[in-house]
Amino acid sequence: MLFIEAHNISKSYSKTLAISDISFDVKKNELYGFIGPDGAGKTTLFRLLTTLLLPNSGTISINNWDVVKDYKTIRKNIGYMPGRFSLYQDLTVEENLTFFATIFGTTIKENYDLIRDIYVQIEPFKTRMAGKLSGGMKQKLALCCALIHKPELLVLDEPTTGVDSVSRKEFWEMLQNLRNSGITIVVSTPYMDEASLCDRVALMQNGKIMQINTPQGVISKFPKPLYAIRSDDMYLLKNELVNYIDCESVHIFGQNLHYTSKSKVLNVNNLTLFLEEKNHTGISISPINPSIEDCFIALMTENSTSDAK
Amino acid sequence: MKLFRGFIIKEFYHILRDKRTLLVLFGMPIIQLLLFGFVITNEIKDIKIAILDNSKDKVTRDISQKILSSGYFKLDSYLTNVNQIEEVFRKGNVKEVVVFETDFAEKMKRQGTAKIQILADASDANTANLIASYTTAIVMDYVNKQNVSATIPLQIVPEVRMMYNEQLKGVYMFVPGIMAMILILISALLTSISIVREKELGTMEVLLVSPLKPIQIIIGKVTPYVLLSFFNAVIIVVLGNLVFGMPVQGSTILLLAECTLFIVLALSLGILISTVTNSQQTAMLISMMVLMLPTILLSGFIFPISNMPWVLQALCQIMPPRWFIVIIKNIMLKGTGLYYIWFETLILIGMTAVFILLSYKKFKIRLG
Repeated sequence: MLFIEAHNISKSYSKTLAISDISFDVKKNELYGFIGPDGAGKTTLFRLLTTLLLPNSGTISINNWDVVKDYKTIRKNIGYMPGRFSLYQDLTVEENLTFFATIFGTTIKENYDLIRDIYVQIEPFKTRMAGKLSGGMKQKLALCCALIHKPELLVLDEPTTGVDSVSRKEFWEMLQNLRNSGITIVVSTPYMDEASLCDRVALMQNGKIMQINTPQGVISKFPKPLYAIRSDDMYLLKNELVNYIDCESVHIFGQNLHYTSKSKVLNVNNLTLFLEEKNHTGISISPINPSIEDCFIALMTENSTSDAK
Repeated sequence: MKLFRGFIIKEFYHILRDKRTLLVLFGMPIIQLLLFGFVITNEIKDIKIAILDNSKDKVTRDISQKILSSGYFKLDSYLTNVNQIEEVFRKGNVKEVVVFETDFAEKMKRQGTAKIQILADASDANTANLIASYTTAIVMDYVNKQNVSATIPLQIVPEVRMMYNEQLKGVYMFVPGIMAMILILISALLTSISIVREKELGTMEVLLVSPLKPIQIIIGKVTPYVLLSFFNAVIIVVLGNLVFGMPVQGSTILLLAECTLFIVLALSLGILISTVTNSQQTAMLISMMVLMLPTILLSGFIFPISNMPWVLQALCQIMPPRWFIVIIKNIMLKGTGLYYIWFETLILIGMTAVFILLSYKKFKIRLG
């Protein structure tokens, strides 16, 4: 069953096109991720979903409610967590939660089951001002506030940005628990490694969706074998690999360079010889499985070359 | 209703936890009232004068004595020659010099006329005018008393009485003006800032994506300020009475009701400002520019409207404080009832309605 259906939506701010001709659909009870760098249009898209902005063209419906016509019904039934921390900094954790429960016509008690797992982590700080919480705590509180009225749909705009990696991991576990308890979740993130935690992802760039797939699907579509290459002098290595005849792409990934060749299969021996000639030592070349980030970069380059044409 | 109460509780937390807001809310009215009351005053009191007495006879001494014992003037020094006059004025302590001609008593007796010269420092024109006329009045009074026995052919003596402010106290002028200024500034400034702050912090985004209706958001934001501003109005009336002896001749209930009306007007103006601005700073600037200066200059608070060029006079008519000050003065000084101020009250109600309607129309249910 489709919960969100978006058809050919576009949105521009005066002259800049923020979203151009996007279509997608989210199934009921799905954890759906929008992955893309800053400025890809994720926040605009989420504001369209949450009825805060009107699309210039195209239609979006949530549970068959139209975002333009039925915005009041939608607002009652979704939980929204904006990208910026949007709680009252001068109110305590508990006061914030009580306030949001009240304006949605409910109480903390009534829906405590839903937030219990998350709230117990911040409960020790319930008399602390929200502005004085750590980044991870703030996001947990914001999630509680967005959940307190038992929404059917959760819209989370970059909930893990600026949060340490441990809290990020916990946060995603919470999202998966919520999904399992029957809530549909749409989430955006600039972190590629989080994509694999979604049921399906839409890879966004420059206001367009490049691909929609399951995380595995995205990876399996990676066109060529991928190699991790390293040597003792990484800086020179990159410059020299770019000039290698068979090189299609080289990107720095942490300790390694990720490399694809123009030919179908990389001739490892030839490449090793080439590098040894350039006086590289400690050379290691090994095939690896591509990550979402590899796929994203491949798609980006593909798009920009096709745009150039 | 529960929803509404929750909102107001939240709003009170914001106000009570922000020391700056509290200071503006309660410190400003008191400080301003006291400042205006004590510092800005048109009254003549203990003005320093110098006397150049070229005659030094009984009459000149009597006149000098009369001037100095009036309470308006205080002797700075006796001068001995004309050249000193310029000098004392330059020093700036002395605002007026009284010069008696030589053989004053003699001339008065023989010729029936003698000359007193009054020199005033007119670098402050208003004061110079006032003290000159005060001195003249004292001298005339002296002359009249001397002539009681003599028969004067025909005389018209105007009996002047200053109704509603017999002692011409400046405070009576300022308290209504300050009241208007403080109420409009605080109400409009603080509401506009507090609404715009929600926009700035992004919490408005969350409020919009909630079942709250715009009208609920607005009323929730405004209600605490209505209460606090009302409290402020009471403080001003009480302080004005205790410290400056400002009376409330008319009905206190009517006075407070009119204050409430004016507060609601100011708040709706604040909401309107908040709907057209996106940052606290802009909201503050607009509030100051749009409210403070016109309230002081174009409301009849300090400068009489009837003396202004017609363009400014017309402008004054659309300033809410202009009407409010009339109402307040009527109630506090003249003790009149609603019967005499229904027109001004209606205008204020009309303005409030327009502002509320405009802000309701302008309030965005979406971003951007």
